[in-house]
Amino acid sequence: MFVKRGVLPGFGLSLGYTLVYLAFLVLLPLCALALKAAGLGPSEFWRVATEPRAVAAYELSFGISLLAAAANSVFGVLVAWVLVRYTFPGRELADALVDLPFALPTAVAGIALTAIYAPSGWLGAPLAALGLKVAFAPLGIFVALTFIGIPFVVRTVQPVLEELDPSIEEAAAVLGATRWQTFRRVILPALLPAVLTGFALAFARGVGEYGSVVFISGNMPLKTEIAPLLIVTKLEQYDYAGATAIACVMLSVSFAALFAINLLQRWSRRVG
Amino acid sequence: MSGIVSYLGGGPARVDRPALEERRGLRWLLIGLGLGFLGLFLLVPLAVVFLTALRDGLGAYARAVSDPETLSAIRLTLTAAGIAVPLNLVFGVTAAWLLSKYEFSGRSLLITLIDLPFSVSPVVAGLVFVLLFGARGWFGPLLEQLDVKVIFAVPGIVIATTFITFPLVAREVLSVMQAQGSDEEEAALTLGASGWQIFRRITLPKIKWGVLYGVILCNARAMGEFGAVSVVSGHIRGETTTIPLHVEILYGEYHFAAAFAVASLLALIAVFTLLLKQWVAWQSRRSLEPRAASRATVAAPAVGGAAI
Repeated sequence: MFVKRGVLPGFGLSLGYTLVYLAFLVLLPLCALALKAAGLGPSEFWRVATEPRAVAAYELSFGISLLAAAANSVFGVLVAWVLVRYTFPGRELADALVDLPFALPTAVAGIALTAIYAPSGWLGAPLAALGLKVAFAPLGIFVALTFIGIPFVVRTVQPVLEELDPSIEEAAAVLGATRWQTFRRVILPALLPAVLTGFALAFARGVGEYGSVVFISGNMPLKTEIAPLLIVTKLEQYDYAGATAIACVMLSVSFAALFAINLLQRWSRRVG
Repeated sequence: MSGIVSYLGGGPARVDRPALEERRGLRWLLIGLGLGFLGLFLLVPLAVVFLTALRDGLGAYARAVSDPETLSAIRLTLTAAGIAVPLNLVFGVTAAWLLSKYEFSGRSLLITLIDLPFSVSPVVAGLVFVLLFGARGWFGPLLEQLDVKVIFAVPGIVIATTFITFPLVAREVLSVMQAQGSDEEEAALTLGASGWQIFRRITLPKIKWGVLYGVILCNARAMGEFGAVSVVSGHIRGETTTIPLHVEILYGEYHFAAAFAVASLLALIAVFTLLLKQWVAWQSRRSLEPRAASRATVAAPAVGGAAI
């Protein structure tokens, strides 16, 4: 009835344990959030969730996350290409380094990036001489979110590139395509689902990112205040209703991103 | 024409086929751009952490690291990771078994639920536990009667850490179990093995590298979690500050060298995690090789593929 396939023992036990664990750790907390939001009433929820400071924070968080995810899509494909197709000294090291944003705590990344891009920093000083302010400006948030998103596109594109059948490239070459034409019209379409999945993952991660951004952003309300920081600010003022409303808006975007990722992965399985 | 095709098809290495290779100059340009990007965004920040940490000399570094508040932060971080990682290890292996060995309705919904912490902001994760266990939360009055403090205390930090890191083991082990299939388990079943025997003697040896990597990654994240823990901790110095929170406090008070010294401990854990990952990937490739020879369908080493 319930189980369609699987003869191995342990279904009841593993299902029960998984459900209980998820119920306590995920469902119960989400219910608390949903009920708290429902308790506000629609008009009050709308008022809190769309106050100018919150809207400015969404625009900043979503906008810069999109830009950083786009930058990561371009460089992610480049890095994946270089790591899969070429051999050069230090390739293994570069490959290992890609996962650094997963392993390095966000707060550590945040203070390191701030030290580099602050007006007195290694790169911040020459950039400031050129009139470019990175730390304590939206550009700093872009740098932090790019750092955080690097592994996503690389790690989704890499396996697809490895599995790509060389004979289709041979066919393109035989038919007279230049290398660039082959890349643009044969290889890139095959990579597209993976690139888009990586893009969506990097975007979702960027929207919620807190630790690496708060140090470098400067946190000026209406200018460089990201949505997660606004939640923390409201919590510190014991404004639970306001924090909940903004959290709900962010959660809906997370769910939409998750849904899109699922669709993309289904699509890429069909294409592949 | 067909002659060319068959020549290309049967040809030797890629190197001998200029039509499938970029020109030398372009190749090195692409390698330079890729490595330049990784260097600027990854290597430079990592180097800055260690260089700034040692800016005031080894003595200052040792003092910052052995400061009583730092030591209490280290103790709290070890406690939180020491509880969260084993819990998530048991959950991860159980959930991976469930999701890879059986086909049932609601399976993809369960996977979505497990992926949730990846896309929920850590700050929102902290907030939901404040709404549950805070003074004005659902269980607030009950906890007050029992005289148990969760929010702004150690239990809250442990719960938030567990929430943020629970998908890591599950995801890693799931991809390994799926890649390996369950033919051997089913064979053991027909030979009369019990469920526990199958798991311990067939499955566990097959998945051990995936489990190890999941645990390493889970541990690194548990020790480094900032956003969620920051919301529930209350930042009580020497009591509810983990290592990342202690870094934030030091940094906020302009003790830059000390902040980076403490941060370098976490950066060391990160570097260690990456090295161990490479080693585990190498081990799992090695253990898969004899298999791959006999069974062409075995998927490429799963470790490292789905490391989100």
